[in-house]
Amino acid sequence: MENITDYYKSERAQEWRADIRKSVKVKERTSKERTKMPEQEPTVRNKNSLEVNLGLTEKIALKEAQRCIDCPDPTCVKGCPVNIYIPKFIKKIEIGDFLGAATVLKDTNTLPAVCGRVCPQEKQCEAQCFYTIKLNQPAVAIGFLERFAADYERNSGKTAIPEVAEPNGIKVASIGSGPASLAWSADMVKMGYDVTVFEALHEIGGVLKYGIPEFRLPNSVVDFEIDNLEKMGVKFVKNFVVGKTATIDDLRAKGFKAFFVGSGAGLPRFMNIPGENSIGIFSSNEYLTRVNLMGAAKDDYDTPVIIGKNVAVVGGGNTAMDSVRTAKRLGAERAMIIYRRSREEMPARLEEVHHAIDEEIEFLNLNNPVEYIADDKGRVQKVVLQKMELGEPDASGRRRPIPIEGSEYEIEVDEVVVAVGVSPNPLIPATVAGLETTKWGTIVVNDDLQSSVEDIFAGGDIVRGGATVILAMGDGRKAAEAMDKYIKEKIKN
Amino acid sequence: MNKIVEKEQFSENVFKLVVEAPDVAVSRKAGHFVIIKIGDKGERIPLTIAGSNPDKGTIDLVIQRVGVTSHKLTSLNVGDEITDLVGPLGKATHIEKFGTVLAACGGVGTAPMLPIIEALKKAGNKVITVLAARNKELIILEDQVRQFSDEVVIMTDDGSYGTKGLVTKGMEDIINREKVDKSIVIGPAIMMKFAALTTKKYNIPTEASLNTIMVDGTGMCGACRISVGGKTKFVCVDGPEFDAHQVDFDEMLMRLGAYKNEEVRAFEAYMNN
Repeated sequence: MENITDYYKSERAQEWRADIRKSVKVKERTSKERTKMPEQEPTVRNKNSLEVNLGLTEKIALKEAQRCIDCPDPTCVKGCPVNIYIPKFIKKIEIGDFLGAATVLKDTNTLPAVCGRVCPQEKQCEAQCFYTIKLNQPAVAIGFLERFAADYERNSGKTAIPEVAEPNGIKVASIGSGPASLAWSADMVKMGYDVTVFEALHEIGGVLKYGIPEFRLPNSVVDFEIDNLEKMGVKFVKNFVVGKTATIDDLRAKGFKAFFVGSGAGLPRFMNIPGENSIGIFSSNEYLTRVNLMGAAKDDYDTPVIIGKNVAVVGGGNTAMDSVRTAKRLGAERAMIIYRRSREEMPARLEEVHHAIDEEIEFLNLNNPVEYIADDKGRVQKVVLQKMELGEPDASGRRRPIPIEGSEYEIEVDEVVVAVGVSPNPLIPATVAGLETTKWGTIVVNDDLQSSVEDIFAGGDIVRGGATVILAMGDGRKAAEAMDKYIKEKIKN
Repeated sequence: MNKIVEKEQFSENVFKLVVEAPDVAVSRKAGHFVIIKIGDKGERIPLTIAGSNPDKGTIDLVIQRVGVTSHKLTSLNVGDEITDLVGPLGKATHIEKFGTVLAACGGVGTAPMLPIIEALKKAGNKVITVLAARNKELIILEDQVRQFSDEVVIMTDDGSYGTKGLVTKGMEDIINREKVDKSIVIGPAIMMKFAALTTKKYNIPTEASLNTIMVDGTGMCGACRISVGGKTKFVCVDGPEFDAHQVDFDEMLMRLGAYKNEEVRAFEAYMNN
C-alpha cells in the first residue's frame, strides 16, 4: 500500500493536476449540485427496449467533474473492487481530455462502459466519496462519469487497442465468457499468452448478454468490448461445453497449461411451492434468456415467450427489477414485484428501483407467494400471497421476514417470474476430479484464486455464489496475475 | 457451423441428417443429446443423438417435421450448415448387464433408442425391441434395430405392418411370455405414459428418455423441469432418462403444450412465407 500511496501522491503533484485543482475554488466545487442522468421519459421508455439512461453530455460531464475536489487521500478508490484511479480519470475529464480519461479507466478496468452502467456505485466508490462521508452530500457521480468517458472513446472511433506483449505460445483457457472471463482474458493476452475463451451458448458475454436487458446494457456495448479483445488476440469458441464437448483432461492433452473457471451461477432457484410447475411460471434466467438472448419478443425471431397481462416477479434483486421492467415493456398491464422484505432490504441497485417505480411497476413488499393456482389447461391463474412482517436481523444483517399466519390472499396473474437467486453451475465441479467445492457448490479457492487442482483457477459467481459484474472482473484480473506467476514458476522448475 | 454431409428421408415427415461435429462425435455416449439452432433468429431445440462416426467426425440426427424449426432443419440439404450445434448434453444412459431388456419405441423414439440398445447388447443383455407406430411408413430404422436386438416385434395401429395394436400390447405379450429384467421406453409423452403404466403393473424397473421444451440445455433456465417422485428435476442436466414409474407424465404433457398457441401462429406464418 506504501507504493500506491506514493504513486497517488506523485501523480497528484503533477503540474496539470495542480493547475486544474487551483482553477476552481473548493468552495465553488462543493456548492454545485450533483448532476442528474438524462433519461427517457418513464411512460415512453416502459414501452420500448432502448436504453433508459441517455448518458451525460460533454457540458454536464465537465460540470460534474468539477465537483470532485481531487482529495489528497482518494477514499473512493478503496471503494472500487478494481481500484480505478478515480480522481485522475475525473480530472482528465475536467481538462477536456476524454480519451485520456478512458485510458485511465482501462488501466484497471477491462469493461468501463459496462461497469459505468451496471455497478452498484452507491455501495462502492460513491459510498466512499468525500461528499458522502464528510459533507453528507450526494457523492460525485463517478458512475455517470465512467460511462461518459468510456462511451466517448467508443463513439470517437479512436479506441486504443491496448498493447500486447510478444506472444509466448503458452495456451491458457477460460470456461465461460462472462465478465470474470473477459477481464481475465484481457490481462492474459496482454501478457502474451495464447488465450482461448470457451462458451457453452451461441453468444459471447455470459450474463451481460442473456441476463442484463438491452434497456440497461445494450448488446452493442458488450460486443464492442468483445471485438476489441478479439483484436488483441483472444480466441472465442462458442457452442463448447467444457466437461461435455471436451473435458479439462482433453484440453490438457491439447496443450492448455492452465484454466480459469468463470462459469457463473447459472442454476436457477425455485421456491418448491405447490403449483410452481404450472405453465406461465418461469425462472428469471429463462424469461430473460428468451427475451434478451433469443429475441423472443421480436416478430421475426422463432423463440416464443408468453406475454402476460398480469405479471408477478418474485424477488428484490437486480434480476427481479430487470424481469419486471421487461414484462412492462412487453405490454403487461400490471407488472408487480413481490418481495418478502421491505424496500430498505432490497438488494437491487438503487437506480433500478427508482427507475422501476417511475415506470409504473407495482411493489407488493412484505408479501410472499405460498401457492400457485392453475386453470384446467395448467396455466397459472392466481398466486396465493402471504403477508410478512420484519423481525430481528438475520445472518445477512437484514431484518428477517416472518409470515403472518392467516393473512393469505389471492391475486390474479397470468405470468410469474421467479427471481429468488441462482446457484453455482455444477457442470465443472461435477466433471473435474479432485476439485474441492463448498456445500453450496461453489469452487474453493485460495487467496490467489487457485483451486485444489493446481492448474485450475476460478472467480466470479462460481466462487462467490452470486455477486456483481465488477467483483467478477476483479477476480478475473487477480486470477490472471496469479496464473501468470504459477505458469512462470512451473516453467522454471 | 456444422455441415450436413448426408440426408435421408425415412417417411413423409421423418428425416435423418448426418452432421459434422467432430468433438461431439468423439465424446458422445448413448442417451446424450445436442441443442441446435438455425440462423441468427432461430430457436434452440434439443435432438437426441442417434449415432456417430468418430473417425469421420459426424453424428446422426433423426428429425420429425412438426414445427417451424424442424421444418427449417429438414429443408436443409447436403452441404448446408447448421448455424449452431452444442453437445453432447445430458447424462449418458446407465448401461449394465440387466439380463433381458425390453426396449419399447414409439415413432421417432426409435432413433434415440438405437445407441442405447447397441450399448445394452454389447454389455451382454438379451434385447427385445418393440417398434410401434401408426402405420408401416412410420416404422423407421428397422434394419439397424435388428442388428442390436435378439428379437424385434413390430406393432402398427392400423395393422399395415407387423401386428395390429398399440405398443403396450406388444410389450405385454412379451412380459407374459418371459421374464423381463429391465425396460426402456422412448417415444411421444403419451406413449411413454402408458408404456410405463404397463411395466409398473409387472414391477419391471423402467427408464423413459424425455424430450421436453428446452432453451439452453445446460441447466440454466428450467424450461424443461418436470416432477419425478414429487421432486422438480431438470431434464437437460438431471436426465434425459428418469425412472418412468416416478415421472409425472400428465404434468409433462401439460408443460409440452405451454406454447401451443404461439407455435400454431408461428407455423402458419412460416408456411405462408
